[in-house]
Amino acid sequence: MTALLSHSFLQGYWWLIISLLAGLLLFLMFVQGGQSFIFTLAKTELQRTMMVNALGRKWEFTFTTLVTFGGAFFASFPLFYSVSFGGAYWLWMAILFSFILQAVAYEFRSKPSNVFGTRVFDGFLFLNGCLGPFLIGVAVGTFFTGSDFSLDLYNRVTWGTNWHGLEALANPANLALGLAVLFLARILGLLYLVNTIDDAELSERSHKSVLVNTIPFLVFFLSFVAFLLTGKGFQVDVATGNITTVKYFYLHSLITSPLKLALLLAGVVLVLYGISLSIIRRSARAVWYVGTGTVAVGLGLFFLAGYGKSAFYPSVTNLQSSLTLAKASSSRFTLQTMMYVSFIIPFVFAYIWIAWKAINRKRITGEEMAEGEHTY
Amino acid sequence: MLENFDLSLVAWSRAQFALTAIYHWLFVPLTLGLSFILAFMETIYVRTGDEAWKRITRFWMTLFGINFAIGVATGIILEFEFGTNWSNYSWFVGDIFGAPLAVEGILAFFLESTFVAVMFFGWNKVSRKFHLASTWLVAVGANLSALWILVANAWMENPVGMHFNPDTARNEMDSFSSVLFNPVAVNKFAHTVTSGFLLASIFVIGISAWYLIRRREENMAKKSIMVAGIFGLVSSILVAVTGDSSARIISKVEPVKFASMEALYDGKSNAGLTVIGIIKESDESIGEKKTHDVNMRIQIPKMLSIMTTGKGDGYVPGIKDLVNGNPSKGILSVAEMIERGKYARKVLTDYKMSKEVGDTETAAKLAARFTDRDFTENYFKYFGYSYFSAPWQVIPSVPILFYSFRIMVGLGFFFILLCALAIWFWKRNALDKNRWFLWLALLSVPLAYVASESGWVVCEMGRQPWIIQNLMPVNVAVSNIASSSVQVTFILFAVMFTGLLIAEVSIMMRQIKNGPKHKEE
Repeated sequence: MTALLSHSFLQGYWWLIISLLAGLLLFLMFVQGGQSFIFTLAKTELQRTMMVNALGRKWEFTFTTLVTFGGAFFASFPLFYSVSFGGAYWLWMAILFSFILQAVAYEFRSKPSNVFGTRVFDGFLFLNGCLGPFLIGVAVGTFFTGSDFSLDLYNRVTWGTNWHGLEALANPANLALGLAVLFLARILGLLYLVNTIDDAELSERSHKSVLVNTIPFLVFFLSFVAFLLTGKGFQVDVATGNITTVKYFYLHSLITSPLKLALLLAGVVLVLYGISLSIIRRSARAVWYVGTGTVAVGLGLFFLAGYGKSAFYPSVTNLQSSLTLAKASSSRFTLQTMMYVSFIIPFVFAYIWIAWKAINRKRITGEEMAEGEHTY
Repeated sequence: MLENFDLSLVAWSRAQFALTAIYHWLFVPLTLGLSFILAFMETIYVRTGDEAWKRITRFWMTLFGINFAIGVATGIILEFEFGTNWSNYSWFVGDIFGAPLAVEGILAFFLESTFVAVMFFGWNKVSRKFHLASTWLVAVGANLSALWILVANAWMENPVGMHFNPDTARNEMDSFSSVLFNPVAVNKFAHTVTSGFLLASIFVIGISAWYLIRRREENMAKKSIMVAGIFGLVSSILVAVTGDSSARIISKVEPVKFASMEALYDGKSNAGLTVIGIIKESDESIGEKKTHDVNMRIQIPKMLSIMTTGKGDGYVPGIKDLVNGNPSKGILSVAEMIERGKYARKVLTDYKMSKEVGDTETAAKLAARFTDRDFTENYFKYFGYSYFSAPWQVIPSVPILFYSFRIMVGLGFFFILLCALAIWFWKRNALDKNRWFLWLALLSVPLAYVASESGWVVCEMGRQPWIIQNLMPVNVAVSNIASSSVQVTFILFAVMFTGLLIAEVSIMMRQIKNGPKHKEE
């Protein structure tokens, strides 16, 4: 078996794991999406408490997925870790800051003597809710639009601007993806609240808000897709390793790869179906359709960035510095060792599912909050 | 090129990482230890059905939750700072270092984060046994996550299980088991987690003592002291044992650190272990680095020789031996290591250049050097030394190491006594009568944090100037960014962490003051 596992197979395998983690992270950012409504959706303090507690019981999943996403990238594609984190310093720092604020806000917000007051911690949750998905979307956008860096003979990175990652915000395609991710997270957040909280008034308001957020989501998502399909892509010559920009590259990549196309289309259809279930039938299960669709779209986008003849982290200033799976990956030995470790992932999914079901078996009610058993 | 380091950038990057690590370590040891204390307490509850134990468990669980969140928050920054601030390092060793981090995420973090939700919110949602299993799994998950990050950290002190690949210009793993069972890693894990257990035990004993001083929650306090006292005593003995083996290992893999901890400049046989002393700068120097004398020294004769060599008359090399070399003891001088390292780096540069210009014949010849045993063991082994311009640069701060080490060890022995006394007084039902002990226990809580942080100061300051022993100095590992950027983020982190720490301590104190939610029956 070992002989069958070529280095390129293992690189592909690990890109699959990274893509899966990215897709799951996109879905789990329903926590952030929900947080972005902390000041607007609830009309009473009890409703706000129920919202925060519904989301707060899941924040660790999003956080852990983000950490594992980083760890898996470090282990499998360390050159990306070195280049992107070391180069796009301010972009990643901004993402980190927003997540630090979140981690403590849930636990501290309602505790007496918390120094800053509940509103400040709720403000932290709001900030993380808006900035987290938006900035992660912008960072993923650079996988398609490129960044301003070059590598020397020893693979040490030099970033081309003093903005160190913030320049990505000036690119309309990155902005469009960032905003699309933000509004998708908000939709997921609303649907998760409907699914978890037993409060008719809050549910109705959430369903109405889904419609309001779907419009900007569609505008920004379709704008990004238009940028993607009509713009240039970064193509690798497999024989020479030479990288060139090619017009309509991602469009061709989709056409020639049914899997990527199917994933993206299926994802979009599921997202839209889930949204329509919410808007038309007021379904509480819509989150699962939109969530599954989100994972599929995430997988599709990452497949598009990494698989085939694509450079997954392109450099716009020095094309040959662009990162491909082959160039950025760990050694065959490390990838193979890590692959054996990754076989535990289904087991991880299984116990997450069991624990999730156990906690979500009963929907959150006002009575439960009044009991005051470890509430946020 | 690498020779042109921005020392201000290096200093600020180190400061930022140290700040994050110090704050992170304020919260993690309590999580490591308190998670097991909760598991013990809940096990007693499930086995006896005594509701008092449930109440006790839930009270400590509240404090655990407050502490846990902030530990998670600071932890994520540490992981990403490897990339943001040490990008050259990330590439140079990512093939090895990244793997334990990924395993940590997959194996440990998910276990911890999944079951912590059940632990906090599942009391009325899942069965008693499911809940108990969740509490145990949180403890296992928290400590497993410590295992993997400590494996990575230990590898930096004793890089094993890898070879250098000149094509990719990085180290690549060739034995995962060597990395995992690296003697430094095994020992470091045991020493670190048991020190976390000890800190948590001192925390529980100290807070419980406060209740007894106030004559409140006496049943809860005494029961808590019983559990924490036993756990703390066992842990403190294990801390001492693993600390001793840790020193032995350090003397082999990081001899300069070891000699600096002892302020031992001149190597000697029959070397005594300094229990206490006062460091004073001397008139002598090694290169540009001043040496130090130890005044008012109290020593245990021959102990240092016994600890390091197993023999009373064993020779322990001093800093001067290690820097200037001592041929009679087979110790190479740093000047020689620098020369050999520079030669190895030149071979690498020549290889890269010949590949760049398409001289395949020369490239093939040079590439072969990297698989040649003589070259790897006698030259490339010292690759990291090529970045030094003078031998004295390999000496860490002797006073900081000397004092930190003694604070850690001294407090460690004090805690053995404290835990033993806690059990003694509890067994004789004499806790309330010995108020001096209760006050001592309460005042020991901050001391546990001082000891714990001192341990990391010894470890990380002692490792300087290396980020990876013998292979990469800290100043080569840093990201190529403006030092002003790091200054700004340092200030932001400092403000944020301090604010959150103040909030955390304030909330914790209030919760302690309020006591358990349900009144004692």
